[in-house]
Amino acid sequence: MPEQKVVDTDYLLLEAPRERKFITGAQAMAEAIKRANVDMAIAYPITPQSEVMHLVGDLWAQGYLKDYYRAEEEYGAFSAIAGAARGGVRVFTATSGPGLLRGLEAIASWPGHRIPAVLGVLTRVVNAPLSIQPDNIEISYLLNCGAVVLHAENQQDTFDFTLAAFAIAEQVDVYVPVAVATEGFFVTHAKGYVDLTPEDMKLPPRNPYKAPVPPTDNEIPPARIQRDAPVQKSNFMSYLIHAVWQQEVWASTTRAMKYIYKYLGGPIEVINPDAEVFVVASGCAAAQAREAVRYSQLEGLNVGLVKVKAIRPFPEKEIREVLKNAKGIVIPEHNITGWLAKEVKAAIPNNDRVVGGPRVYGGMTLPTELIMDEIYKILGVKKERKVLV
Amino acid sequence: MGLEYVRITTGFEDYMPKDYVDLVKYGQFGKDYDIQELGTFKELVEEHPMCAGCFMAYFIRVFYASLPKPEDTIVIGTAGCARLQLSQAAVPFIYGNYGDTNAVASGLKRALEIRFPDKVKDVVVVAGDGGLMDIGFGMTMHSWFRRERFTTIMVDNEVYGNTGGQESGMSPKGVQLKMAPKGKKFDKINAVELAKAAGCVYVARISPTNPKRLAKTIKRAIIAARHFGPTFIHAYTSCNIEYSIPTEKVLEDARNREKKDFTFYEWMSDDVKNYFEQIESNKEGQEVKV
Repeated sequence: MPEQKVVDTDYLLLEAPRERKFITGAQAMAEAIKRANVDMAIAYPITPQSEVMHLVGDLWAQGYLKDYYRAEEEYGAFSAIAGAARGGVRVFTATSGPGLLRGLEAIASWPGHRIPAVLGVLTRVVNAPLSIQPDNIEISYLLNCGAVVLHAENQQDTFDFTLAAFAIAEQVDVYVPVAVATEGFFVTHAKGYVDLTPEDMKLPPRNPYKAPVPPTDNEIPPARIQRDAPVQKSNFMSYLIHAVWQQEVWASTTRAMKYIYKYLGGPIEVINPDAEVFVVASGCAAAQAREAVRYSQLEGLNVGLVKVKAIRPFPEKEIREVLKNAKGIVIPEHNITGWLAKEVKAAIPNNDRVVGGPRVYGGMTLPTELIMDEIYKILGVKKERKVLV
Repeated sequence: MGLEYVRITTGFEDYMPKDYVDLVKYGQFGKDYDIQELGTFKELVEEHPMCAGCFMAYFIRVFYASLPKPEDTIVIGTAGCARLQLSQAAVPFIYGNYGDTNAVASGLKRALEIRFPDKVKDVVVVAGDGGLMDIGFGMTMHSWFRRERFTTIMVDNEVYGNTGGQESGMSPKGVQLKMAPKGKKFDKINAVELAKAAGCVYVARISPTNPKRLAKTIKRAIIAARHFGPTFIHAYTSCNIEYSIPTEKVLEDARNREKKDFTFYEWMSDDVKNYFEQIESNKEGQEVKV
């Protein structure tokens, strides 16, 4: 391993020179971990995530991390992540579909415990029936946990979001976990061009004392420390303590927005802001939506793209503003319930403008033609389509 | 820590709560009291909401009084009665999720070893039979398989006391409890043998009738974990409510159980045995480098 020097966070994320590599999404996530000065990672196998934690294990073997182990299962892995984070080190883990659900109790408690962990979510079908294919239904379970949730479109996003996730999570006014999701296989196992920061530069180490709550390390006064006392007495003070703690967690998640602007250029990306019809999409679906916008331009149709990078905090204000004059809104997704469509519908007025779909699931790809069909319907364009049998 | 963080900054003595001043002046930090001096020093835990006659409350009192280095100890608990008292002590306490103690302790201990390689930081899990042998079973066992260097103490009241008296894996066979309306169908889990098989280097089973022996067992378990690997104590801490033991009979019950299935048992690896022979024969009982 090359000697790595610590550089300023803003420099590494925003200014450092970049070198283009052709790598998979799993490699892109691991390359971010390599540069993130992570102390400890805990792994548990599940397809399609495993590739990421294999590579992170290799980083530990090479000396980039100080500790790494394969846990007993996800609940154990994510609980140990909480313990390690409270001990003051920087931590990373990753999972997929059913693994996320198995560990969800622990994950849902991370924000309340003020655990600034970074979690990779490499999406996969939730059983049953059993399948290992990409489908991002599990993200919907993550949305009410209090964590920041970023959704990467491609390998480049996966690198950028993962590296930025540590910077966002450890801000004193945030200090909640950040999940970086991207589609299993479509991104994790496929190659794309990624502009990487230099291999010999890394983020500054975590400073556990620059935090809204102290680490549990017996290195700070006073001796009597209860960071999160169970408050289950049946009295108003207990209700109040729990209520304000939840308010603080969600306020912290909201405060992450300014760092999402700083490090990711904002929670959404917009193409053709004066469009008549918008395609709103996140993750892999955004790549197909981008293609649909290109098709539309070739056909002379006034169609725009809203790519949603941050699912939590959800950019309600930004989306409402962009969509204020839209005639129709198409929301393609890789899941059956359409969680993104629900989020958008809840954020905008006259939400009958939203077409919830097309949706593919169970691992299917998302043909651009399906998105185009919805655009044609909104614009009243009649298309003859030959079906080849 | 530890001690420099416990001590009160000069000039601030008059402004700190009396309770805290007493802890620093007359408490256990930096001192090594004998358990028989209990009552003559300021204890780490005093007030708690445990039931009258609770044997677990007594056990936890002795537990805190026996800590070899309280200023550098972190206690981890989970759902159940014990944490109601553990969370009142002047020792940092972590309450995570259901049955996650040994996973949290694994992460925490490793993190502390990364950050403070030259300091002693004792991590001790104190959890119930349900937390360690039912819901947290996999995490308990795997922390032992991985040879994580912390102590696990099971306060076994043979029931889910805090949720209203349901059967646990540690309830004796035949006992009628909630969720076992026809009586429990299988024997108590043999936690001590599991701990040995899973790689614990020091294992003890105890009915806390003799405080001196109890204190020694707790000290040994914590000190052995610093150097050699996982350690485990299985302690009988009856639930006088769910098992209808009159308050004045609680100690008698513990003595009866001691004669039956809770006879004192202590097992340790040869390395640990040699180590204790070395440190316990030296007059100050001081630790030596391993």
